[in-house]
Amino acid sequence: MERKTNELDEIDRKLINLIQLNFPVSVHPFEDIAAEIGSTEEIVTAKLARLKKEGIVRRIGPIINTRGIGGTNTLAAVKVPKDQIDKAAAVINRYEEVSHNYLRNEEYNIWFTVSAPTQDRLDRIISEIQTELNCPLLDLPTIKQFKIQVNFHV
Amino acid sequence: MSEQNRAWGSGMDETDEKLIRLTQDGIEFTHAPFEKAAAELGISEEEIVRRLKRLTEERKIRRFGASIGHIALGFTANGMGVWDVPEDKIEEIGQKMASFHEVSHCYRRPRSDEWPYNMYTMIHGRTTEECLAVAENISTAVGISEYKLVFSERELKKKGVRI
Repeated sequence: MERKTNELDEIDRKLINLIQLNFPVSVHPFEDIAAEIGSTEEIVTAKLARLKKEGIVRRIGPIINTRGIGGTNTLAAVKVPKDQIDKAAAVINRYEEVSHNYLRNEEYNIWFTVSAPTQDRLDRIISEIQTELNCPLLDLPTIKQFKIQVNFHV
Repeated sequence: MSEQNRAWGSGMDETDEKLIRLTQDGIEFTHAPFEKAAAELGISEEEIVRRLKRLTEERKIRRFGASIGHIALGFTANGMGVWDVPEDKIEEIGQKMASFHEVSHCYRRPRSDEWPYNMYTMIHGRTTEECLAVAENISTAVGISEYKLVFSERELKKKGVRI
């Protein structure tokens, strides 16, 4: 089912490149996209449905700026024994506030981001995870954001 | 709405907050994707569009658009660069690292005895070699050799921030 990037056709590529940073926010956005790339709304919506099914497009929606809406966030890492990774991941992922979580090739091997409405809530989540896993934990809140600009060009 | 989430929304009225909740898991790919949310909120689709644009201008949402499954797209190498940058050069070096188009995120974070790194750069590539080459270029450009690239081996969760 999975397509390689080089199996994407011209319209797929144009769509992927357009909808990340320049999605037209309008009443009929897919009609606007079709006009922009020289296609039809039917083709655009069918292509997007396929890209979504393939996991290439996760969703089209608002990307929330946690701190912009008065919340706070952090990056945390835990050092978990290899045979306990799945269990630890389940403990961490149980929290709705955990948005991203990756297993990485480091002594600190599980890295996850947490976003919460208040510092209290964030601290409580971190402390509960630390208590339950009983592993060394790094809490690495952002001091300064120099850049956030995710854009995959194909 | 769960209790822990009720504190969200400084500067957002109830309609903004509901609008985000109604769209955050993704709009449908249809002719009028905001029709249902408009009916639910009792406002017009035009009003939804105005609100989403205003929320973006106010930086409450970074953008309205697609979230990409980078692994499915072939960007399977995901290298987090961690750097030990002298405190007095951190501003200048942070700007320089951020200027690399291959770097999607560049953050300053606290260092500790246990973990001496204070700057983080995310580099997405099709191969680990590609990411390593970018990190080497950055290292040369900023004159920092104390760094490592920590690669992801498995995605355990990727949901995006939700309220």
